[in-house]
Amino acid sequence: MTAYLITSVSVVGAAPTDLLIRDGVIAEVGPGLTAPDATVVDGTGLVALPGLVDLHTHLREPGREDAETVESGSRAAALGGYTAVCAMANTSPVADTAGVVEQVWRLGREAALVDVQPIGAVTVGLAGERLAELGAMADSAARVRIFSDDGHCVADPKLMRRALEYVKAFDGIIAQHAEEPRLTEGAQMHEGEVSTRLGLIGWPAVAEEAIIARDVLLAEHVGSRLHVCHVSTAGSVEVLRQAKARGVRVTAEVTPHHLLLTDERAETYDPVYKVNPPLRTAADIAALRAALADGVIDVIATDHAPHAVEDKECEWAYARPGMLGLETALSIALDVLGPEWDLIAERMSRTPARIAGLTGHGVDPAPGVPANLTLIDPAAHRTIEPAELASRSRNTPYARMTLPGRIVATFLRGEPTVLDGKAVK
Amino acid sequence: MIKHLLSGGDLDADTATEILDTAAEMATVAGREIKKLPALRGRTVVNLFYEDSTRTRISFEAAAKRLSADVINFSAKGSSVTKGESLKDTALTLQAMGADAVVIRHPASGAPHRLANWVDGSVVNAGDGTHEHPTQALLDAYTMRARLGRLAGLSVAVVGDVLHSRVARSNVLLLSTLGAKVTLVGPPTLIPVDIAGALAPGTDVSYDLDSVLPNVDVVMMLRVQRERMNDSYFPSAREYARRYGLDGPRMRRLPEHAIVMHPGPMNRGMEITPEVADSPRSTIVEQVTNGVSVRMAVLYLLLGGNNR
Repeated sequence: MTAYLITSVSVVGAAPTDLLIRDGVIAEVGPGLTAPDATVVDGTGLVALPGLVDLHTHLREPGREDAETVESGSRAAALGGYTAVCAMANTSPVADTAGVVEQVWRLGREAALVDVQPIGAVTVGLAGERLAELGAMADSAARVRIFSDDGHCVADPKLMRRALEYVKAFDGIIAQHAEEPRLTEGAQMHEGEVSTRLGLIGWPAVAEEAIIARDVLLAEHVGSRLHVCHVSTAGSVEVLRQAKARGVRVTAEVTPHHLLLTDERAETYDPVYKVNPPLRTAADIAALRAALADGVIDVIATDHAPHAVEDKECEWAYARPGMLGLETALSIALDVLGPEWDLIAERMSRTPARIAGLTGHGVDPAPGVPANLTLIDPAAHRTIEPAELASRSRNTPYARMTLPGRIVATFLRGEPTVLDGKAVK
Repeated sequence: MIKHLLSGGDLDADTATEILDTAAEMATVAGREIKKLPALRGRTVVNLFYEDSTRTRISFEAAAKRLSADVINFSAKGSSVTKGESLKDTALTLQAMGADAVVIRHPASGAPHRLANWVDGSVVNAGDGTHEHPTQALLDAYTMRARLGRLAGLSVAVVGDVLHSRVARSNVLLLSTLGAKVTLVGPPTLIPVDIAGALAPGTDVSYDLDSVLPNVDVVMMLRVQRERMNDSYFPSAREYARRYGLDGPRMRRLPEHAIVMHPGPMNRGMEITPEVADSPRSTIVEQVTNGVSVRMAVLYLLLGGNNR
């Protein structure tokens, strides 16, 4: 196994030092290290972060390999600085059995670009009617701990209560897609001025907030862990703030796009901006950014959602919701938060790793810890060209935007998955 | 001149007035024995209709034919659309056939905007989902100007299912541009959120038709689908008609000169009673006639008929 000596690199924003990687772990940290057998990576001007961890990735395999595969999505993740991703369950077939989650887990191991941690469905077929075999998925080789019907809300309050209770047996967590389905029938975009102008059916903020309010009360009642996916409204932030102040065991994520883009993007009717939950208003963005800084929101998660061209090059109402995120998330975080490296490490690596139970990830580089890390050039800028992305799909909302930061290298257990900004395989 | 007509908001006051003035000239053609001008000879206009709308389609067809354009009717029924062809592929087909203008009616809001990215010719929005129907707003403005002599300073009530109405959106945008004051009237469930901010500052909202009627020059009744009651927008057709329908006694609350409009097709007995629809105040038949003149003007101006 090749050793790597990263010289003069700033570890999470600290003064430059050297990192020696050997046998899959950080062997030494300190200035002026020498290792004649090691490949030297010049880290001058670069920032090292613990490898990023995404709690919310759609890899589309099995079922929609034309949009993404575990391998192509893993490559996109590595290029984005990730060393672990949690793969959502809404594949075809749905990841609601031990067989399917083990298949995804195995495909991830074979690709060997990031650790792919499958998320299991809460209900059979995401239908919201009866529990999937959560325990079997937890006991499988994939060792599933996060369960989600993402794309669908577990709307039935009794079923949600049961799910929250049941997964306590194996320290599981329910990740809820908070969307009251009756309030969002046919919904196409955020309900507000722009939806009124565009004649598109509104997705009201209250449809998210009402479910989060209910779920934090349920989690409090049964003493379970709840994770809220892609929080998008200022009102949701307030519900979460109050719940956390009471000590409810709730965590929450926000996507890069909800931190940057507003519903006005819909004005071209280009469905590349169609996403669920929808892009909201500038006031929501301000509240989400503040919550990310003060910890009411714990995590930035991408909701990377690849879609084939024909599912986006069409009328808005007929397009599938979702946008790419893995290869641009760090840049958006840098743009939104500035070079707050400790905060970025907390929100994009340490906390998501802890929520997902991924030991070995989300740990700052230090002697003896697994060498899962990424190197960022914060001074670089790049213009996003959809055709250059590693994802099989092209539905990035950042096309032709110039964003700060570039991932120079990513290491997974000491092996480079990205070097010189390029995937090694 | 603008290239496409996708929204009532695409038109500034000068352009809108030019269209109305041109429509007045076109109207004189309709009075002739030979109702035809050579202005668009050799040009191709495609009517691309994804929804059944015989009224609108024949209005555009008559307009294009009176300008001597070649007209191709492409309806979703019995075409490749039913075989699942995408809008983009259909657009590329029309492009390859050399369409100079595509008139599109589509159930999805924004479909004309998407189409405009994929064809070189002009795109005319003939109604998209619950978004807009700009030529309807132009023919309504034309009708108001013809009856009342002006648009600036007029007070116009638009009554009914504003939420789902493309006619209402286009009218608010165009009438505001031309200096009229619009009040939207209906049950709160059928008035979309933030309407004034969304469309035009100064647009008023009222839930009380009776209080609005004495102060308007125009009352425009929108079609209200009975099925909306199944989604609890209102309790019953009867209650809707009682609170928001225009009947004889309500009509008599209008000022003497005020007119009653309806874009058709009407639900007689729902939003409007026969007594009102057939009264001298009603402009419903004129609106149909004016529709052809206005669409002639739009096609003529978009296709550069005035500078050839």
